Amino acid sequence: MSTSKTLLLGAAVVLGLLSVPFGWTSDQRGTDYGLGRSATEPEIRPWNIDVSPSGEGLPPGRGSAEEGAIVFSAKCAKCHGRTGTEGSADVLVGGRDTLKTDKPMRTVGSYWPYATTLFDYINRAMPWDAPQSLTADEVYAVSAWLLHQNGIIAEDAVLDAQTLPSVQMPNRLGFIPDPRPDLPPP
Amino acid sequence: MKEPDEQLEGHGLPRASADTGSVNRRRFLAGSASFVAWGTASFLLKTAEGGDTNDAADPTRRPGLPARPYGERSSFEAVTRASESAHSLTPLQELHGIITPSSLHFERHHNGVPTIDPVRHRLLVHGLVERPMVFTVEELKRFPSRSRLAFIECSGNSRHGWQDAGDLNVQELHGLTSVSEWTGVKLSTLLEAVGMRREATWMLAEGGDAAVLDRSVPLTDDVLDQAMVCYGQNGEALRPEQGYPLRLLLPGFEGNINVKWLRRLKLGTAPFMTRWETSKYTDLMPDGRAYQFTLVMEAKSIIIQPSGRQRIRPGFHEIRGLAWSGRGRITAAEVSVDGGRTWKAAQLQEPVLARCHTRFRFPWTWDGRPTIIQSRCADETGYVQPSRASLIRVRGRHSLYHYNGIQSWKIAEDGTVGNVHV
Repeated sequence: MSTSKTLLLGAAVVLGLLSVPFGWTSDQRGTDYGLGRSATEPEIRPWNIDVSPSGEGLPPGRGSAEEGAIVFSAKCAKCHGRTGTEGSADVLVGGRDTLKTDKPMRTVGSYWPYATTLFDYINRAMPWDAPQSLTADEVYAVSAWLLHQNGIIAEDAVLDAQTLPSVQMPNRLGFIPDPRPDLPPP
Repeated sequence: MKEPDEQLEGHGLPRASADTGSVNRRRFLAGSASFVAWGTASFLLKTAEGGDTNDAADPTRRPGLPARPYGERSSFEAVTRASESAHSLTPLQELHGIITPSSLHFERHHNGVPTIDPVRHRLLVHGLVERPMVFTVEELKRFPSRSRLAFIECSGNSRHGWQDAGDLNVQELHGLTSVSEWTGVKLSTLLEAVGMRREATWMLAEGGDAAVLDRSVPLTDDVLDQAMVCYGQNGEALRPEQGYPLRLLLPGFEGNINVKWLRRLKLGTAPFMTRWETSKYTDLMPDGRAYQFTLVMEAKSIIIQPSGRQRIRPGFHEIRGLAWSGRGRITAAEVSVDGGRTWKAAQLQEPVLARCHTRFRFPWTWDGRPTIIQSRCADETGYVQPSRASLIRVRGRHSLYHYNGIQSWKIAEDGTVGNVHV
């Protein structure tokens, strides 16, 4: 046996011996690394703000389109325009029946599939210059005003945790799960 | 280790006496100044004599700069991102290799880059888990770690391709993709630590920025195998615009779902239908319906040399490009120098990594006649990058996102290179 082969064999034996205790340690630990700590209910609550299409996560409170008009005018109109169609930010109103045309408008009324998403997004991220500054009542009210402007709910409708999830959005069935690859082979 | 003044001693320069460091430094600087003055005088003298030009800027005739704690590129280098308020574009046509320098990695944010103290930052994991838990950044760094190279590409990258061809360059057309080496802990390791329940099939990932941006992640086998919670980028901490101190990495998925400033993971049984996966980042088709959860970035390639708004001369050129696929490894790149009539294989440059930019090269001699150059690529799933026409035939021109049609560059008789559609 050559010297190099002897060395290799020796190294393999040493590595084999070493790997026993290492392997044993790893198996004993499993996936418990002893890192992190239990989250408490008071620290989960303020971050747990997502609202699902079922309405899960909606807070107590209520608001009407009439009330929403006042909030929108004061806090939203400077970016979205007086009626939600002007301004530098997204157009929020109108655009119904434009999705198949050459000038599609993706607005709350024409495109958004869930009213709960509207509440969720305003609540977490609006107004742009003061996110999370609106009360739950104000978020319900602005949501109601936008849905009314889009002709989806009546002016006197009141939104709360029970009524908001039942709002039927016009484009609710407008989405299909990713079908790609969707092109014929070249 | 020697101080700069000690190193200079052997070169016959003024040597400060061994004193305090600050005194040494002052004397060293004074000595340098007089040396520069001497060098200038000497240069003028020799020029007047008509002898060799002893340029004052000759770096062999003056001491260089001392070491510094955090490096910067040469003062001669001026390549930058092209930035707007909410995004910036990587100058791909100016870069070498496949790694994007962290300072040039593209940005996209939805209400600014937050300033986050990593000591105070927490990651909450809750929902359908046995043990809702909170992790500090330091704790996440102590978990078994992983590093990998991966591209992140905004799904709005190359979106100009849906429109008529504008006079744009690579950076403006395709600069919303970048590559870094990302370091972190596997998502599956964290989900094991909190005891993910069997019925959990979707996960909400949420950032701690002013958009509190949130996306639903399908917990597929591929995601569980690939996803990481990252704290490292190219060997150091994440840059603030890349999510400091924590971001989610979903290799191959559209940029927006790689949630930055990550603060919360919530497990559930259905997608959460956030604004970002309903009203945005969905692909409107000609029939008025929209594709949703189009997360994978399909294969794309672009020639970056020569490219838009550059100008070339007749003669030899190495055509250089990038190819990548969110589905895996690039297996082939081809180049056409005759407007797509014929295609020839380009050489892939190692390393060729899954879900990462791959470089390709193609030697070419331009004869000075106007032509159109293009590239296309294929990935390990057999997917071939489509032509613009075949892409638009199926998806129309209003889907905004996920454009990956073949890029064409027209080379005019005067050598100017321009963006065209064929």
